[in-house]
Amino acid sequence: MPILSRETTAMIKPALAGLALGALALAPFAHAERIFVSNEQDNTVSVIDGESLEVIEVINVGRRPRAMAFSSDGSELFVAVGDDEAIDMIDLETLQVVRSQSSGEDPEVIRVDPNRPYIYVSNEDDNIVSVLDYERRTLVTEIPVGVEPEGLGISPDGRWLIATTETSNMAHIIDAEIMEAVHHRLVGARPRHAEFNHDGSKAWVSAEIAATVSVLDMVDTFDVEHTIRFDVPGVPRETVQAVGVQLTSDGRYGFVALGPSNRVAVVDQQTYEVLDYILVGQRVWHLALNADESRLYTTNGVSGDVTVIDVENLTALQSIPVGRFPWGVIVQP
Amino acid sequence: MMTPSRSLRWLAAGGIAIGLAWPAVVPAETPASITLGYLGMERPDDLEPLSVLDPVIDDEGIQGARLAINDNNATGQFLGQEFVLVEAMVEPGGDVAAGLEQLIEQGADWIISGLNAEDLQEVMQHQALGERIVFNAAARDNDLRGESCHVQLFHTVPSRRMLTDALAQFLGYKQWDDWALVYGNTDEDRLLAETLRESAERYGHTIVGEEMWPYDPMARRSEGGFHDIQREIPVFMQELADHDVLVIADETDYFGEYFPFQTWLPRPVAGSQGLIATAWHRSHESWGAVQLQRRFERAADRWMTPNDFGAWLAVRSLGEAAARTGSVEPDEVIEYMLSDEFELAGYLGFPVSYRTWDHQLRQPILITGPRMVASVSPQEGYLHPRTPLDAMGADEGESQCQF
Repeated sequence: MPILSRETTAMIKPALAGLALGALALAPFAHAERIFVSNEQDNTVSVIDGESLEVIEVINVGRRPRAMAFSSDGSELFVAVGDDEAIDMIDLETLQVVRSQSSGEDPEVIRVDPNRPYIYVSNEDDNIVSVLDYERRTLVTEIPVGVEPEGLGISPDGRWLIATTETSNMAHIIDAEIMEAVHHRLVGARPRHAEFNHDGSKAWVSAEIAATVSVLDMVDTFDVEHTIRFDVPGVPRETVQAVGVQLTSDGRYGFVALGPSNRVAVVDQQTYEVLDYILVGQRVWHLALNADESRLYTTNGVSGDVTVIDVENLTALQSIPVGRFPWGVIVQP
Repeated sequence: MMTPSRSLRWLAAGGIAIGLAWPAVVPAETPASITLGYLGMERPDDLEPLSVLDPVIDDEGIQGARLAINDNNATGQFLGQEFVLVEAMVEPGGDVAAGLEQLIEQGADWIISGLNAEDLQEVMQHQALGERIVFNAAARDNDLRGESCHVQLFHTVPSRRMLTDALAQFLGYKQWDDWALVYGNTDEDRLLAETLRESAERYGHTIVGEEMWPYDPMARRSEGGFHDIQREIPVFMQELADHDVLVIADETDYFGEYFPFQTWLPRPVAGSQGLIATAWHRSHESWGAVQLQRRFERAADRWMTPNDFGAWLAVRSLGEAAARTGSVEPDEVIEYMLSDEFELAGYLGFPVSYRTWDHQLRQPILITGPRMVASVSPQEGYLHPRTPLDAMGADEGESQCQF
């Protein structure tokens, strides 16, 4: 995805930042990167400016906001508001909730189809994945899976959807053409998140209680071909819980948020070797890379902040206080 | 299937109730089947909670087992495994051996026990049990994990000692280190008081004074909580030395609920009433627990109790081990359950697993008030070389259990 090499990007970034700021004054649609953070206990979404790294806006949304996703055309941000059983839709120009679509019980994780105006929603109480059409505002279908569906991942081409079920401990691989789960694979205990790599050949499925990431082959067998384990020195094993996952598009790094161990693991995407653990805020939950993948943002639920990680140097740059119990994070390019 | 026999009343048999429509992905071959038997005893008519707000429950434990069977089958159907529950409820004082035999006749390979310690011991000694494994999902007696332990017996409910250690850790966090202890006149209360003394010693608390509550159970509807109680409790407590917290040992719930707000000194009440240590509580909704609470309430039409949770954990342990090993063979399942690999998600933040030295499930313990969770033990700062969970209950070096 990045046209420039990582080194070049880092070098010319200050110059680009200046250009971006200049452009902001001239063109209404150009702006610096913005980072959106859902605050589960405040019923708000914090908006962070990617240059100043300061909170520039707080958007009021429905109750218990968690997962977020952009519409395919990039004009709206969708926020799953669990206690309102709805998806709030935020206009990215005005930063206001412009509409809300009913989603079924307790939506937690959402994903957007790259080809169709569909939102996939995991409904934990009903053991289904709901498929919503956000243009027609209709329910397209419901896909039965195991007990307590949670994590969702969608392949870059939109062909495969993975739903993880927390009590069945499975990754259910859904064929998005026929909207049916066609493969069921056991993964680690309490799987939380599924993320495809850039070419869609692999899917990483994190498991909170097992503290593992299962890597699924998404080309031939759909089997777990490798299990990544995490062992943070000097930290009680129980506090190491794998949750959010981000994979760099160059195939170099996988980042895994390790919950109350307060660490983000850095994994070699090719060898699956754990390269480093980066200390961040308390109870790190989800992660987001920015557009040129120079920065990784983490939500830290208990300390109520976002840690900014420099990807090149694998170091934490700074913390940004947000609302209470930040859960999800997403970067608008 | 009700048989109004004097010695046994069977509530239901073959209780596979899958309330969910699963997609047609069942493997073609016949699924491997595991039959579990739930053996419980009906509640004696005279044993009711002291507060009229607490429901009188007649299906405690069983409902947890039934829900876990459904949960297991939801996964098992993708793996070609099927879990079947058969149930036997013995009437109070009835013949538990007959109940056990009936379950075995119905094909039970594994037993989930909702019995007290004495009846459970009888089951463990019974010849018909053979090599079957029994999960204790009700009895909290330390002795069952200690001198009277049994290699075929696993415990999913915490021992008294785990509960009192969990409470002692929290009281340590609060620095409420001087305790006054009031205990009841039942055998259970004497055991609980003894265990509280051990936990106080382990965690550096001092019991500055103790008294036994001198009265027998009162009819809960005639003593409204104030007629005599309002005058009796302050007088009863005047001899106790100054303390930070009043700790109550009243396991059968016949007097402890009277104590909050009636004490001579203005002190919080903890122990079996007031601030309690418990495996499960309706106010607990963290770590996905809200999903289990909702699922249970839809199925059972009431709140989940600690004993329901114990039975759920027992059946889920089997489901998890069978799914991971791909086997329903007892030897393979047990070996996996006792291995380092076994980690069950129990909605308590940390994974739960079995201690090899006494087969007790190590688990976080909730510290709750009547309407809200106050904390979850282990508390920060109480360290242990293996896992902080093993700082609650009998540790490997001190366990009296020898298989």
